[in-house]
Amino acid sequence: MHELTIAELVQGLADKKFSSVELTQHYISRINQLDKKYNSFITVNEDEALNQAKQADQLRANGQANQFAGIPVAHKDIFCTKGIKTTCGSKMLANFVAPYESTVTEKFSQANFITLGKTNMDEFAMGSSNETSHFGSVCNPWDTKRVPGGSSGGSAAAVAAQLTPAATGTDTGGSIRQPAALCGITGIKPTYGRVSRWGMIAFASSLDQAGPMTRTAEDAALLLNVMSGFDCKDSTCVDQPVPDYTESLNQPLTGLRIGLPKEYFSAGIDSNVSKAIHAALDVYRQLGATIKEVSLPHTALSLPAYYVIAPAEASSNLSRFDGVRYGYRCETPENLEDLYKRSRGEGFGAEVKRRILVGTYALSAGYYDAYYIKAQKIRRLVKQDFTDVFNEVDVIMSPTAPTTAFNLGEKMDDPVAMYASDINTIAVNLAGLPAMSIPAGLVDGLPVGLQMIGNYFAEAKLLQVAHQFQQATDWHRQRPTALD
Amino acid sequence: MQWEAVIGLEVHVQLATKSKIFSGASTAFGAEPNTQACAVDLGLPGVLPVLNAEVVRMAVMFGLGIHAHINQTNIFARKNYFYPDLPKGYQTSQMDLPIVGKGYVDIPLDNGEMKRIGVTRAHLEEDAGKSLHEDFHGMTGIDLNRAGTPLLEIVSEPELCSAKEAVAYLKYIHGLIRYLGISDGNMAQGSMRCDANVSIRPKGETTLGTRAEIKNVNSFRFIEKAINFEIERQIDVLEAGGKVVQETRLYDSERDETRSMRGKEEANDYRYFPCPDLLPVVISDEDLRAIKEALPELPEQKRQRFMDKFKLSEYDATILTEERETAEYFEQVASQCGDAKLAANWMMGEIAARLNKNNLEITESPVPADRLAKLLSRLKDQTINGKGAKTAFEALWEGADDVDAVIEAKGLKQVTDTHAIAAIIDDIIAKHPEQVEQYKAADDAKRKKMIGFFVGQVMKASKGSANPGQVNQLLQQKLS
Repeated sequence: MHELTIAELVQGLADKKFSSVELTQHYISRINQLDKKYNSFITVNEDEALNQAKQADQLRANGQANQFAGIPVAHKDIFCTKGIKTTCGSKMLANFVAPYESTVTEKFSQANFITLGKTNMDEFAMGSSNETSHFGSVCNPWDTKRVPGGSSGGSAAAVAAQLTPAATGTDTGGSIRQPAALCGITGIKPTYGRVSRWGMIAFASSLDQAGPMTRTAEDAALLLNVMSGFDCKDSTCVDQPVPDYTESLNQPLTGLRIGLPKEYFSAGIDSNVSKAIHAALDVYRQLGATIKEVSLPHTALSLPAYYVIAPAEASSNLSRFDGVRYGYRCETPENLEDLYKRSRGEGFGAEVKRRILVGTYALSAGYYDAYYIKAQKIRRLVKQDFTDVFNEVDVIMSPTAPTTAFNLGEKMDDPVAMYASDINTIAVNLAGLPAMSIPAGLVDGLPVGLQMIGNYFAEAKLLQVAHQFQQATDWHRQRPTALD
Repeated sequence: MQWEAVIGLEVHVQLATKSKIFSGASTAFGAEPNTQACAVDLGLPGVLPVLNAEVVRMAVMFGLGIHAHINQTNIFARKNYFYPDLPKGYQTSQMDLPIVGKGYVDIPLDNGEMKRIGVTRAHLEEDAGKSLHEDFHGMTGIDLNRAGTPLLEIVSEPELCSAKEAVAYLKYIHGLIRYLGISDGNMAQGSMRCDANVSIRPKGETTLGTRAEIKNVNSFRFIEKAINFEIERQIDVLEAGGKVVQETRLYDSERDETRSMRGKEEANDYRYFPCPDLLPVVISDEDLRAIKEALPELPEQKRQRFMDKFKLSEYDATILTEERETAEYFEQVASQCGDAKLAANWMMGEIAARLNKNNLEITESPVPADRLAKLLSRLKDQTINGKGAKTAFEALWEGADDVDAVIEAKGLKQVTDTHAIAAIIDDIIAKHPEQVEQYKAADDAKRKKMIGFFVGQVMKASKGSANPGQVNQLLQQKLS
């Protein structure tokens, strides 16, 4: 059962090949057995998941089940879930149970999905290797000595290890796409504003966007149908109709114009990764696409701009974790200042503190214009780059990450090297565009991700382009040999 | 040396919306602590603000009321600082591009003249919660009911020169927000709060002196006292050869003094930046026009109308239109008694004095407008005279509700019967032969002064019930 995609599970449940209780129990057993190796879950929602499965089976027996009733999923531990701990990978929220539900998880509940549990992540989504989590690193199922990527590393590893059919993730600078690439799964970051951020703990509000992490593009389309839509509780959510993302999946790619930004294939990209990507591009040629080189001239500026804007917003977003109302509070504070200093000093990990400091500095009087304002100007230029290129091509393609999964611990002492692993994913968030990563090859037994970037609200196009590739290849069906 | 004060005010007005500026929680005053604070107000992880459209409408109304430029695109920013009653660690406010730009108001001065005061800007922001230091055994309790209450912060130019002018400005703003119906202006409940920036400089100097900011003064009387104290304090400092330091000071009403709260060096770097959770506010031409068209009559329009219609002086008209309720009361009295000047005199004399003495609002006056109008009608048709009217008013203030019954019961009806008055006059003339001789011997100028003696005697003899005009006239006839 754990080999099946969501599309196949929907069919299996409808055909009564198995019940939701059987399916859910199967996944819970796998998690309990196997996750010791990967540490991809922070919380396993065993009892409640089985209750939900019983209800789903009941609905099905009564003929009241909708399409997804009884399908298990896992949620990144950044989404507030009423009654289930939401830690955001931090000691600060190690025991936090939200009194309200995020819009994303609410939509899954309303569609009668089963919540298997909450997945591990970099603390407050700050990291590219899932090593900053207070709950320990996650190991890549393809090689447990390697990182799964981050920050949605738990979700990616859990899907790759077949501990869940799919999981939610969030992407601020590549946090869905990079772990999807490193774990050999499919992940999509929708257009900024496509999915509500209500109840999703903010890292950088103007960049954060939630999306599904799945085995196939078809599953991603199914789940994006569930997650997308206007929400009056999020002012930055866009009020635009949601198409059925599965509708155009089977259309051929004849005439598709693909652009390869030369800046995304520059030094720093592993040559074998590059080879794998070019092999994938050959597949697209065979599918009828034309490919041309394009230029996104401000790419080199996007990393520094991102590392001003994201920490600036984070420094403010994380101010609420002050030990006063909820979350971690230091022992026996002497006074208010001591309470603040020690609660935050002890509750946050090193990477979070580093980014709060960087962001606070960038917003300080006397530095604001030189850093924050300058970064916002670069952001507009980056956006313009994409707008210009989308006049010439339909989709932009590149490697998702410069290398395959690196070793645990390899980059933890070198934050700049760690930040550089997001070089190809970050500009997309600055521009607010939709982008995907799909498995496109293996290098030394480790997955390579192909990134595809679309124009605003062109998720359907991306999913079609990804699905057609997956119809022609079986990279997405490859599973870690070490599994089980 | 001669000193002059320079004062600028920052007024925080709580907007009278039903729900908060960024959440659906109620803004009602006086609920049990933390019963009106939802997930957004508590600053829980993952919550997001959604702007209450009503606050935009109210802020625009205010802007139009002070002839201000409305920034049809305006932006919310985060003001970052840590405080226990500030749940998110930042206050959502406006910095660059506030909703209301430059405007002005005209305020009445004591000398009867008007002065134009510039308003620099007015911006929207959320209120913080309250820290409660009592009843928690040395700990501090936090009540977040007030967190997220919508505020309009109105910043004046430093163009006020005395505590009196500051109060006149505040009263105008107070009146205006109530005219517009955008705030109840209740200072005791904190619906209107004021910070004053005060500095002094040698008279004639054009550069500004170092200012001190006096925080959170919550009544007209205390603002006047606090500013006066601060001006005196700064004069003392400078005359003793010292320097005024830039600092924030707190007014202690019990001791009537201001005390240093924090210096400039302790001031926060608020790290303002545009709030990424909120889109820029865009007000369409259409919406702006609709708000303009729906504006009620404003104090200055009412002022002009009273001047034109009732022939009031600008000063009188300004005083009477400052508060909508006062203006409405006056207008009713003036229309019903048919004598605006008489009505204005009574409003600014008897009524104002009584209200002031008893610390009442015009709406709480024990004498409603129609009753005062009836009393003034009786004065005008000479049923009673001025003295009788005051006596009757006294009774009405104490609760009597029938004007004519009071006049009857107190015997206040004027004697207008010529024969009856003539009889009293004859009696007085007979009793004062000496004065009569002197009168007759005097010239016209002296006579005018001397007639008062006789009038007084006749009025006394009639126990005040004679019509003074009639008495005067008859006396002149009989003495000539």
